[in-house]
Amino acid sequence: MLTYATRRTILAIPTLLFISFVIFMLLQLAPGDPMAQVPLTVPPDVKQKMREALGLGAPPLVQYWKWLVQVFWIEPQVLIDWIFGTSLAEGKLRVISWQTRSPVMDIILQRIPQTLWVVGVAYVVAILIALPIGVYSAYRQYSVFDQAGTFVTMIGFSIPPFFTGPLLIVIFSVISLETWWLPVLPSIYDTTHVVNDWQSFGFQVKQMTMPVMVLAFQITAQLSRYMRASMLDNLGQDYVRTARAKGLSEAVVVNVHVLRNSMIPVITVIALGIPAIFGGAIITETVFKVNGIGQLLLTALFANDLPMVMTLTFIFAVLIVVFNLIADILYGLLDPRIRYD
Amino acid sequence: MTDSPQDDLILAASSPQAIGALTDDGPVAPPTSRGRDIWSQFRKHKGAMLGLGFLSFITLAVLVGPYIYTVDPQKLDIRAKDFRPIYTALWDSSAKVGWNKPLGSDQLGRDNLAQMLAGGRASMAVGWAAMLLSVLIGTAVGVLAGFFKQLDGVLMRLTDLFLALPILPLLLLAVTLFRQPLRAGFGPEGGMFILIVSIVAITSWMPTARIVRGDVLAIKEREFVLAARSIGSTPGKLIRRHILPNVLSPILVSAALGLATAIITESALSFLGVGFPSDFPTWGKMLADAVQRMERFPERVMLPGIAISLTVLSVNYLGDGLRDALDPRIRGR
Repeated sequence: MLTYATRRTILAIPTLLFISFVIFMLLQLAPGDPMAQVPLTVPPDVKQKMREALGLGAPPLVQYWKWLVQVFWIEPQVLIDWIFGTSLAEGKLRVISWQTRSPVMDIILQRIPQTLWVVGVAYVVAILIALPIGVYSAYRQYSVFDQAGTFVTMIGFSIPPFFTGPLLIVIFSVISLETWWLPVLPSIYDTTHVVNDWQSFGFQVKQMTMPVMVLAFQITAQLSRYMRASMLDNLGQDYVRTARAKGLSEAVVVNVHVLRNSMIPVITVIALGIPAIFGGAIITETVFKVNGIGQLLLTALFANDLPMVMTLTFIFAVLIVVFNLIADILYGLLDPRIRYD
Repeated sequence: MTDSPQDDLILAASSPQAIGALTDDGPVAPPTSRGRDIWSQFRKHKGAMLGLGFLSFITLAVLVGPYIYTVDPQKLDIRAKDFRPIYTALWDSSAKVGWNKPLGSDQLGRDNLAQMLAGGRASMAVGWAAMLLSVLIGTAVGVLAGFFKQLDGVLMRLTDLFLALPILPLLLLAVTLFRQPLRAGFGPEGGMFILIVSIVAITSWMPTARIVRGDVLAIKEREFVLAARSIGSTPGKLIRRHILPNVLSPILVSAALGLATAIITESALSFLGVGFPSDFPTWGKMLADAVQRMERFPERVMLPGIAISLTVLSVNYLGDGLRDALDPRIRGR
């Protein structure tokens, strides 16, 4: 197991380097010019100097190398400085955003809490809803509950978030104003809101409700399918019959014996979904105006802010590779039948 | 053994008469072909039949509709802007409605029904083309990786690499990067069509490739392939005549799921404002444009949204039914 984990970790490094190289070279083809917003009165030779000041004069490979150094050498130093109060990165150039002229990592750190709150809470809510639904619909296969569950899951798969989002806004922010029985929820997420007492906490819950509902609906649909399929696989096994035959109660058989074994693939699926939490739900964040990571990527793309796009996409790729690795190792650890070596 | 009449006679004479319940005069029903079996199993799946019906309806509507309802979807008629759909008159007699605009018009006076038909055409065309391309790439990679051992490692590492890419950010990236050159080369609509189809296909072929490779690996070891190889079939013939027909069912299922993903991805791109040019109607763009005015005109959000959702829902149910019908373990039960 350890050798497998080590081998996979070592293999992940060239993969990530290759991905970063591919993304960088893709961005080199970008037609956009960071000087497009500079007034026309600025003479062309000055503009050229400004471009060179951004590091655009150097050949692509040199630029790529400098980006690598900044991300893998200077940014960790900044992190160490921040934790221990040292001054390792003093005066060294960090990855700078072309939009704001401030370090990319600082902006990302400002945006991450919003994304984590909304998308992370949605993920937890979805897990809490999906697992019982999956277990019960497998236990009563083809019952009314199972059929209804299948139908709702199908809908969850099929309705895209850019429709459920506006739909919820129409119901809870427009129609609810005229009726007394629907709660009125804010359609725009206020990021500057500070939670310091019960009332502000209540408002935070209210403004998180709709984006969390949209995201949780989708995630629930997928997870409950996996849970159901995995439970169905295990319910037919011989050890279940043995457990029943030795007189265990039905609750123990299902909730202890079958559930524990069925959770193995589901846990890996949950681990595989975690990068999406950090990656942010670009569409949901756009619909509810949450200024998280996804929205940051979108605005950076439209503004031709290549260092920001490059760093964000690379962070997403790192998360995906790392959590793939974690999922594979978890699978091996949880299921003793699986041997990688 | 018991094929010839003489054997039957000998058996009948030597063995005692079987009890009445066990004697069969012959098969009850004539033997049926595989296609007919699949169809009869498929028909039992109500959701899949409904899905097939709705998908055929919407495909026909967007194909034939613009010839029947010949209003130009891009024509601006600013005097007739902000019409409500005709059914609004049922509960709101003061609403601005007109029989010449059955589903109303938008803020620039463009006819909603004509836009829905044209938008559906774009969405379905992108969906089908991207799905076909993605299935083509996925099948090719899967068959090559499964059949030729030397290629297996390389191609599967490539698949893993693509699976490790963050898809939606990369899609957005590719669209913003290549929009200008392709528009210059193929015109605004043609360029975007090629771009969206190719990037959706390039980022969605991996599941098909993995499934096909797994199946090819299993089928390759079967006796009939060995027999075909022993009579001197070339690898190309082997793949075309013996292997491809046997992996057709997983390919069909992943094609159905691919169609659903492609339609959603295209709409998502249009919704984020990086899809087709702004005067070219698609369902995703109609939805995105309507979001700002949804307090006053909720139908402009609902119509394209319901169209996208129902199409994708019916394709998903179709895929579900296909999977059951094509699986010989489920069929006939």
